[in-house]
Amino acid sequence: MKYIVAVIQPHKLEEVTQALEEVDVNLMTVSTVLGRGRQKGHTEVYRGVKEVGTLLKKVKLEIAVNEEFVKVTVDAIIKGARTGEVGDGKIFVLDLCDVVRISSGERGGKAIG
Amino acid sequence: MNAGDTAWILTSSALVFLMTPGVAFFYGGMARRKNFLSLLMQCFFIACLVGLQWVLFGYSLSFAPDTGMGIIGSLDWLGLRGVGFEANPDYSGTIPHLAFMIFQAMFAIITPALIVGAFAERIKFSAFAVLILLWTTLVYDPIAHWVWGTGGWLRDLGALDFAGGIVVHVSSGVSALVMAILIGKRLGFEKKAFVPHNLPLTVLGGALLWFGWFGFNGGSALGANGLAANAFVNTNTATAAAGLTWALVEWWKHGTPTVLGIVTGAVAGLVAITPACGFVTPMSAIIIGIFAGIFCFLAVTMLKPKLGYDDSLDVFGVHGVGGIWGTLATGLFAEVAVNSAGADGLLFGNAKLFLVQCVYLLACVAYAVVVTWILFKIVDTIIGVRVNRKDELVGLDLTQHHESAYTILE
Repeated sequence: MKYIVAVIQPHKLEEVTQALEEVDVNLMTVSTVLGRGRQKGHTEVYRGVKEVGTLLKKVKLEIAVNEEFVKVTVDAIIKGARTGEVGDGKIFVLDLCDVVRISSGERGGKAIG
Repeated sequence: MNAGDTAWILTSSALVFLMTPGVAFFYGGMARRKNFLSLLMQCFFIACLVGLQWVLFGYSLSFAPDTGMGIIGSLDWLGLRGVGFEANPDYSGTIPHLAFMIFQAMFAIITPALIVGAFAERIKFSAFAVLILLWTTLVYDPIAHWVWGTGGWLRDLGALDFAGGIVVHVSSGVSALVMAILIGKRLGFEKKAFVPHNLPLTVLGGALLWFGWFGFNGGSALGANGLAANAFVNTNTATAAAGLTWALVEWWKHGTPTVLGIVTGAVAGLVAITPACGFVTPMSAIIIGIFAGIFCFLAVTMLKPKLGYDDSLDVFGVHGVGGIWGTLATGLFAEVAVNSAGADGLLFGNAKLFLVQCVYLLACVAYAVVVTWILFKIVDTIIGVRVNRKDELVGLDLTQHHESAYTILE
């Protein structure tokens, strides 16, 4: 089992979720986060004072999958989020020790989907 | 000259002014968070832009003596030349001409501000500014002249529009529909629901509209008198009936009444009673309000999805449909017993008024649709009305104004 964490552009969320649905990955946790990478921020100006945001709004997806879904999940995220420009984000793949479905007490691969 | 009348008209002018920020929040709350500021900006920008246009030349085009054919006012009052402390008996004999002018200025401001809901979340700001200036000058100013200006051809025909059902609401509503169709649907429209980002602000905006509308309709009596009280009472009564009707219809059709529904219904009632409020009784106002709730509900929830246009915040469904109904309803429910300067409607044995109202409606709708279409095409060719795909996805606040409405961290 793997735990996939992806940080993407906020306006790409819809395309990513759509790409994930197409490969039957429907469960995820989504949050709005701030992050910094190599991308320069949008310049914001308040009463003439420029604020070049070093922290940018991003969206973070967290998805737990069984091994056979790892590749399709990563590929779907890339497909939905890639523009080819700096700032498209990153995907992290972590080993996952265990999963528990709280309602039934099921554990491991059975509890993931 | 009458001090009470003057005080009421100046107060009403301030009330009507508040409707523009009101509509900004009404719309802004319905938008997505990335476009919230852009709607506030567009409304505020219009308050500044049209506020100047009006005193420089807009008021003259609408209200100065007619140029001869009933189509447009002359340039005699350019820069408010001759518009001073004295009353102008053609419009109101008991208040300073300047007070009448500034009351009308607020109408000229709110009207284009109503339109912004149609092209919300996808218009390029520069194109918006040019389009609004052209629209106010070439659509609003002439229609205001036809109906309210001395020598205007519809005024002479005997059409009744107490506070601007056609001039303000139908003109903005049908123009909004044209613009919504021409600019095209927002990216992702029909694939998912665009969820309002802050409904409490929409409720606040709707409440400010209701509040301001007492000046809009009550002030249109142009005096502190019984007619103003009648318009005020009708405004509140029709609005209550329409808001309640929308909520009940929703309850029946969808199983539960909603906050957005009752507020939208109330605005539909405000719109519909606008042309009628100085000519009908409060009991007629209830009927006008009930049908405003029903017709606008049908327009927003059934007509729009069926035809598939993206009038994003339902300017046509509420102001267009509500205004058309109100104008026709004036032809049905008007009574000379309420206002001796009015006429009897169809239900009181006078079919002529209803026909005049239909002519009035057709003329203004045709003019607004054609001219808006031409203006849009011109601006689209020269500047390009729609933002590019990336800017639309990122949002208008950041891309058009370099600001955002909300922070995540301090």
